[in-house]
Amino acid sequence: MAWYVDRVARVLVFAGGISAIVFIVGIFVFITKEGLDFVLGPLSLGEFFTSIAWRPTSNNPTYGALALIVGTASVTGFAMLLSVPLSLGAALFIAEFATGRTRETLKVLVEMLAAIPSVVWGFIGMSIMNPLIIRTFDVPVGLNVLNAGLILGLMAAPIMTTIAEDALKAVPDTYREAAEALGATRWEVIVKVVIPASRNGLLAAVLLGVGRGFGETMAVLMASGHAINLPTSPFDSVRALTATIAAELGDTVKGGAHWGSLFTLGILLFVVTFVINLTADIVVRGIRKK
Amino acid sequence: MFTATRLNRRSYRTESVAKAVFCLMTVVLVIPVLLIVGTLVVKGAPAISWEFLFTAPTDNMTAGGIFPALIGTVWLVVVALLASVPVGVAAAVYLSEYAPDNLLTRTINLAIINLAGVPSIVHALFGFGAFVLFFDMGPSILAASLTLAVMTLPVVIVATRESLQAVPQAFREACWNMGATRWQTIRKVVLPNSISGILTGVILEVSRTAGETAPIMFTGATAFVAFLPGGVLDQTMAMSYHLYYIATQATDVPEELTFGVALVLIAIVLAMNAVSIAFRVYLRGLKKW
Repeated sequence: MAWYVDRVARVLVFAGGISAIVFIVGIFVFITKEGLDFVLGPLSLGEFFTSIAWRPTSNNPTYGALALIVGTASVTGFAMLLSVPLSLGAALFIAEFATGRTRETLKVLVEMLAAIPSVVWGFIGMSIMNPLIIRTFDVPVGLNVLNAGLILGLMAAPIMTTIAEDALKAVPDTYREAAEALGATRWEVIVKVVIPASRNGLLAAVLLGVGRGFGETMAVLMASGHAINLPTSPFDSVRALTATIAAELGDTVKGGAHWGSLFTLGILLFVVTFVINLTADIVVRGIRKK
Repeated sequence: MFTATRLNRRSYRTESVAKAVFCLMTVVLVIPVLLIVGTLVVKGAPAISWEFLFTAPTDNMTAGGIFPALIGTVWLVVVALLASVPVGVAAAVYLSEYAPDNLLTRTINLAIINLAGVPSIVHALFGFGAFVLFFDMGPSILAASLTLAVMTLPVVIVATRESLQAVPQAFREACWNMGATRWQTIRKVVLPNSISGILTGVILEVSRTAGETAPIMFTGATAFVAFLPGGVLDQTMAMSYHLYYIATQATDVPEELTFGVALVLIAIVLAMNAVSIAFRVYLRGLKKW
């Protein structure tokens, strides 16, 4: 009897184990299923990637996603300019310099930063940052690349800090001790030993941060101004891929071309984040082999 | 012999400068948390009252309270947990107790990372295509909660796997030596010894689920319903979507009201997170092995 139960449990647990694969495949299948008619029909790849005319509701609809792609890229890029140095610096401080209570407090605060929901970030962008940017820089609109980028930077920072800190912690203490025994200062140990040894982990941290920024929806929708535009300065409003889906899906006709075009944007988002995560995984595996 | 040379002094100076710079970077990163919470408290607190918490919105959302949204969020979180905790714990048990180091296991791990990394709006598209349309649930609490469950599954899996792996191998071996099967060992030894760690993960998942907006926008959340949900096939209001709605779609909403909603939402999320962190610290103190 016990062995029978054991057999059943093994099957059930295995089913749970492969559920993650089932769901990730399911996501791809279902968004492709809804987007397929559009991809095979009205979609013109040339227009999609080179035109900025996203006019799915006009009488003569055009589906140029370039402005959306550039919008996402500019906001994510701006966010990374801010958060990559800050996160890596914070990870170095928490892992290598801070001790005891300071360290625990900082880690909890970083975790709290990660916990703030994206809709609250978006609301902060609209209600606090927007007037602040208008006043500080004397510009007409405060919902722009700067606003969304700052918010996204803060949102992506905790994941980068946590993973980078893990990578730094994974460097064996014997490495540090060996360098210190040769007379190296803390700083020299970090620059010459710890960072080179954890290079791959730090790179993976940055990649996952990029993925996080790239896929963020609500905060970007609310703080970026949501205007189709090729930005020339941080004070221009833009529109992101994710935000476009969130803003338009509610108004579309099921099965129509507009509907399919939004699922096609979803396929694009899925593929790009998949590649980013896969790359990060391969990069991390690189360290383990060593 | 031990007086510092110029080179020594210079490298120590470099070190203190580096330490100060990194410290500053960390502070720049964590200060926004305090600023945001502070601002929300100052601007939102005047709106909070028993009446605000326990009545429905009135006058086109420009007055009244948030009761239906609060209850809706509770519904969404509870149904999502019912779906994701059993699956997540089973997945973690498989990965920690059964899985050999092979291609399948590596693929599962990659799938978990991807599930956590896929944009929330793509989860929303999936939920809409799969649950609302294909499985014909319509926009409902069930469809929204299942979407949330798929999205937050990695949180449960990762937390559970960690706490299972923290149970010493010797415990399992002792149990096997008594003639117990693998499953008996898991049920009587491994799970009881890691249940508190699993709970920590579940509380963290509650915090994540309560704050998500994009996945429920099209799958079950609605701007306004006059009555509380009666079952899982009803549509519902939710705190996160309510905040989005009154901040962007509704007109003439007094600022105080919006800040009040944001404050309640962030209070729920951060309180859950704090409980999870406190629980973890407490458990670390209890560890017997």
